[in-house]
Amino acid sequence: MKFTLGVFTAVCAMGLAAMPAAAQSSKSEIARLANGKPDLNGIWQALNSANYDIERHMARASLQLREGPHGPLPDVPLLRLGAVGAVPGGMGVVEGGKIPYTPEAAAKREENRKNWLDRDPEIKCYLPGVPRANYMPFPFQIFHNENSIFIAYEFAGATREIYTEDVGPAETDSWMGQSVGRWEGDTLVVDVSGLNDQTWLDRSGTHHSYKMRVTERYTPIGPNHLQYEAVIEDPEVFTRSWKISMPLYRRIEEGARLMDFKCVEFVEELIYGEYRRKPLER
Amino acid sequence: MPGRLAIVFSLSMIGAAVLAGADTPGGERPDLSGTYDVATRTPFQRPKALGEKLTLTQEEAQAVARREASIAARADAASDPNREVPEVGGSGFAGELDVPELDFAAGKVGGYNWFWIDRGSGAFQIDGAWRTSIVIDPPNGRLPPMTPQAQKRAGALAKLFRPNTGTAWWLEAGLNPGPYDDPEIRPLAERCLLGFGSTGGPPMLPVLYNNLKRIVQTEDHVLIFVEMVHDARIVRMNAEHAPPEVRKWLGDSVGRWEGGTLVVDTINFTDRPALANASRNLHVVERFSRIDTDTLLYRFTVEDPTVWTAPWSGEYVWPASDQRVYEYACHEANYSFRGILGGARVLETEMEGKTGEE
Repeated sequence: MKFTLGVFTAVCAMGLAAMPAAAQSSKSEIARLANGKPDLNGIWQALNSANYDIERHMARASLQLREGPHGPLPDVPLLRLGAVGAVPGGMGVVEGGKIPYTPEAAAKREENRKNWLDRDPEIKCYLPGVPRANYMPFPFQIFHNENSIFIAYEFAGATREIYTEDVGPAETDSWMGQSVGRWEGDTLVVDVSGLNDQTWLDRSGTHHSYKMRVTERYTPIGPNHLQYEAVIEDPEVFTRSWKISMPLYRRIEEGARLMDFKCVEFVEELIYGEYRRKPLER
Repeated sequence: MPGRLAIVFSLSMIGAAVLAGADTPGGERPDLSGTYDVATRTPFQRPKALGEKLTLTQEEAQAVARREASIAARADAASDPNREVPEVGGSGFAGELDVPELDFAAGKVGGYNWFWIDRGSGAFQIDGAWRTSIVIDPPNGRLPPMTPQAQKRAGALAKLFRPNTGTAWWLEAGLNPGPYDDPEIRPLAERCLLGFGSTGGPPMLPVLYNNLKRIVQTEDHVLIFVEMVHDARIVRMNAEHAPPEVRKWLGDSVGRWEGGTLVVDTINFTDRPALANASRNLHVVERFSRIDTDTLLYRFTVEDPTVWTAPWSGEYVWPASDQRVYEYACHEANYSFRGILGGARVLETEMEGKTGEE
């Protein structure tokens, strides 16, 4: 406390304006392309517990729980992970804290949680879909010039082109969907459609149908931060549209880059191990 | 299919388009961004009969085009719904046509046609001349001899591939491990780790289908997106290579501009690069330049002294395409991989049952 006061006094004494961090960012600090649009190039990453559970949640012992004599315990296959298998708490990224599921969809989410190990597509290294790709615990890189925007994700080597012109309705459903972007001032707005129903939105069973549409907003709020929002609509699963919101942080360390994480090779034993000539202990 | 007609059409245009030199004079940096369809019927290695002949005359090119058009016409024809069941081992058109790709792609036992194959609509020209191969150095258009060590490795690998006989032939052949024992020993393309035929490379080579490449160029990076297995090659400009303990499926790529040419240097591969027979010591230098607003010239040199006794080089053109790259989700629906491994277990059980082994 004394130290803080001392610093404060020193700053005042030097006549410097001690501005709160948020106010230090201004439009002029945002990198821009020659055409004046914000320059989104860079390696970005979310820093939150949304991939565990996008809703507000307390820490819990495991992603898949069973009843214990005095409350929930990790399910048997996860027991040996101990603290590593526990779920960190989070204030959530869902505006209002709760996802507006229909009753049937809420029941399915509970089923998904009980069967997390069997059902979460992340476990099998499947393409993560949108918006989940943006807040997995892996960086992603935006490639942006005046005509093109392309995102490469470290997880599963997933990719998305963000078309900058109208390409019509998605011609087929896909894991990463079809993304079409436009600028509203300094915000890149991306309409994502054509998503299949196989992806989840977190490790807590948050699901959707093939009718889901996601409207993303990427807004620079400083040289090293983007505010990311996604409005999610899916009349099959939700009673109304809802929104998630979080900052994305630039990976500023020297030499930051996407590493290989194809992960297909990491799940072959899980998916195909039983078909080995000499199956290993499983 | 309109693509096939283009072979004949483009041949009639010989001489009309004399292509500009490879390097933009004055050192102005071109924007290579775009989508390119690198499919071509020009072979990777030159047919031996052509020797050191780099280009074809118009008459020769027309003869090749007629042959290709005839193959394509037959291969694209609708299947006869009343055809007989093929005989055991296959009797399909693939053998008659003498096009090895068809043995795999259309199948000798009743594969339908070339609907899903896209080897492009024609050959490519450089400086107005039809080329006989992608490989141009050595001058015979064929890869230099492999080192004894690499030949041994390739020979051992070749023993693992045989036409499907419907039996566990590898047990009879005494192969241990057998070719289907574990997922890790199957080809990378079967495992959905990399596309087949060095489509992601480097060097990036044309393959049977899904030949689109998407380039997005920025100040400090060049993204080269490979359609097959959604591989994103990320070229860090004016950067240093990662330390050798950081190895990547597509290698570690750094780039620089030499005049109007993007030079990409790639090392640090895994033990199994996309390029057939290559080792972790593979070193590839690629050169991308603009021929005109619709075409890139792609040149490459391959060095791997543990595999080839000399470096070798190739070049071909990348025509721009107005197509969009659709998602290539491979692993997510790789049902056949389970079938390949599980099927081998069934065949083994059948054979072991017959021979009285365990």
